[in-house]
Amino acid sequence: MSMLMLEQTVGARPVRSSRQARYIAWTRIASLVGLGLIIAFALVGPLVLPDPAAQDLARYLQPPSVADPLGTDDYGRSVASRVAHATRVSLLLAAVCVATALILGCVAGVLSAWFGGWVDALLRSISEAFVAVPALLVVLLVSALAAPGSMVALYVGLALVQWVEFFRVVRARSALVLGSPAVEAAGLLQLGWPHVVRRHLWPALRPLLVTLSSLGMVTSILAMSTLGFVKVGLQPPRAELGLMITESFPFYDAAPWMPLAPVAVLFCLTVCLLGLRSNEEGR
Amino acid sequence: MTRLGGVIARRGAQALAVAIGVSALCFVITQRLPGDIAYRIAAGRYGYDMVDADAAASVRDELGLDRPLWQQLGEWVADLLRLDLGRSLVTSQPVLTEVSHYLAATLQLAVLSIVIAVIVGAGIGVVAARRPGGFADRFSSLWVAGVRAVPPFLLGLLLMIVLSAQLGLFPAVGHGDGGIVLPALTLGLSLSGLIARVTRDAVVEVRGSAYVEFALTKGLPERWVLVRHVLRNAAVSLVPYLGVQFVVLIEGVVVVESLFAWDGLGHSLVHAVFWRDIPVLQASALVLALLIVLVNTLVDLAVLGLDPRPRGRAVTA
Repeated sequence: MSMLMLEQTVGARPVRSSRQARYIAWTRIASLVGLGLIIAFALVGPLVLPDPAAQDLARYLQPPSVADPLGTDDYGRSVASRVAHATRVSLLLAAVCVATALILGCVAGVLSAWFGGWVDALLRSISEAFVAVPALLVVLLVSALAAPGSMVALYVGLALVQWVEFFRVVRARSALVLGSPAVEAAGLLQLGWPHVVRRHLWPALRPLLVTLSSLGMVTSILAMSTLGFVKVGLQPPRAELGLMITESFPFYDAAPWMPLAPVAVLFCLTVCLLGLRSNEEGR
Repeated sequence: MTRLGGVIARRGAQALAVAIGVSALCFVITQRLPGDIAYRIAAGRYGYDMVDADAAASVRDELGLDRPLWQQLGEWVADLLRLDLGRSLVTSQPVLTEVSHYLAATLQLAVLSIVIAVIVGAGIGVVAARRPGGFADRFSSLWVAGVRAVPPFLLGLLLMIVLSAQLGLFPAVGHGDGGIVLPALTLGLSLSGLIARVTRDAVVEVRGSAYVEFALTKGLPERWVLVRHVLRNAAVSLVPYLGVQFVVLIEGVVVVESLFAWDGLGHSLVHAVFWRDIPVLQASALVLALLIVLVNTLVDLAVLGLDPRPRGRAVTA
């Protein structure tokens, strides 16, 4: 069991009792509901709330009211609307990054396990180099490549960082499955590779991929907001969760409610996504 | 000793791959810098409101930014091979001295963070492992989940507001008296959750093993069992884990240093990206990446020392 895998399944202990199994099932349902609510907010919010960029300096730092449930910021922009837009950006970008990483990592991992030899050696050496570099550093380097605040840079950086995890896990698990007597039998019966992928590989990999994807979403969302927070991620005037927290610093006394919404969204997203993990113990 | 050689060779190759990768990326960055780099550097030197065409032109002349690209790159490679990392484009100090200063600050912070993380994490883990499923165990699960769900920058912010702004216990920024406490606490607490979980699981597993039972049966005092059997075998699971944690730690360093204005590698990296100060960017990234490889090498060696049994596949991080 690779160390990274250990880190991922660290939260998921093998199910011991029916009580624990029920508890985990409830956790997953609650996480799904919470995630659904946040996604609905991110999709519907921007449609019904006012324009997040519309400034109205007469409404400087207004406290929460009926018209603006989260008040207004230092330019008189609606905080609720900005949070909705920021959440949408985070979710979309993270989903695209994880999807890219998943496809790349899965294909590379299965190829590596299937063919072995020089293919395996090549892919492994590439992944080794990536593993030694922390994710944020790669994203920072890539974002230095592009214009400040470029979405593409964030996307490329995050996808580059994450394919490695998918690759390593998929490779390790595929090697086990492909070496199993069942697959050997399928080979002897000449059932062909589509059958092996569909009946042997996919069922073994699916729970792992769910876990890895939800963790990947957490990583992406937090990395984005972290970079925004230290001002090298997305740039103003775009609404971004980490950036919104930083922007509320100067008004910490006058408008303490301003950073609450982005912080709450980040926290809920993390908790819900972590709760989604399947309780599959990777070995 | 062949396994020792294997570890060294593998990590050496990894270090080389990382160095090549980071440097190559930095070449590409200089090639396609957005905007006029001369203006950006001038802004970094003289402040935003002092930049005009003359300042930018003088910067351009001084740094040879108007030469053809291949000349600049050729010079770059030659410098790198001579281990001459150049001068910062902003402060025009030699990068090597700057980065060594940052490295010292980062190491100071990292070591203190790990100490805090191990004390808190291993403490919670060992207490939780004494009665699996008991109250302490539940508390530890809550702690792990809680710490996992709060990103380091939010945790840092929280500590800053509570301990510094409200209670006035520690300074929120800088290297002054006690300035290291908040950043180290932030990182240490962030790491402690996973360490607690791994410690707990390792100790539970080892305590339930046949050899511990036998040691107790033959009448070895409990304290000796703990020291000679439980601790060493649990450390075999824990130590590789510290290597993985170190990568997480370095990530945290980037954020936490920026938040608390702690003048280390992470801080310099973020600023170098912001000002497009390529020599500093390259040096900081290189040093951070090589630091991780170095730590993982040490971890590999420690595992070899703790558990000399041959293994099928080495753990990598």
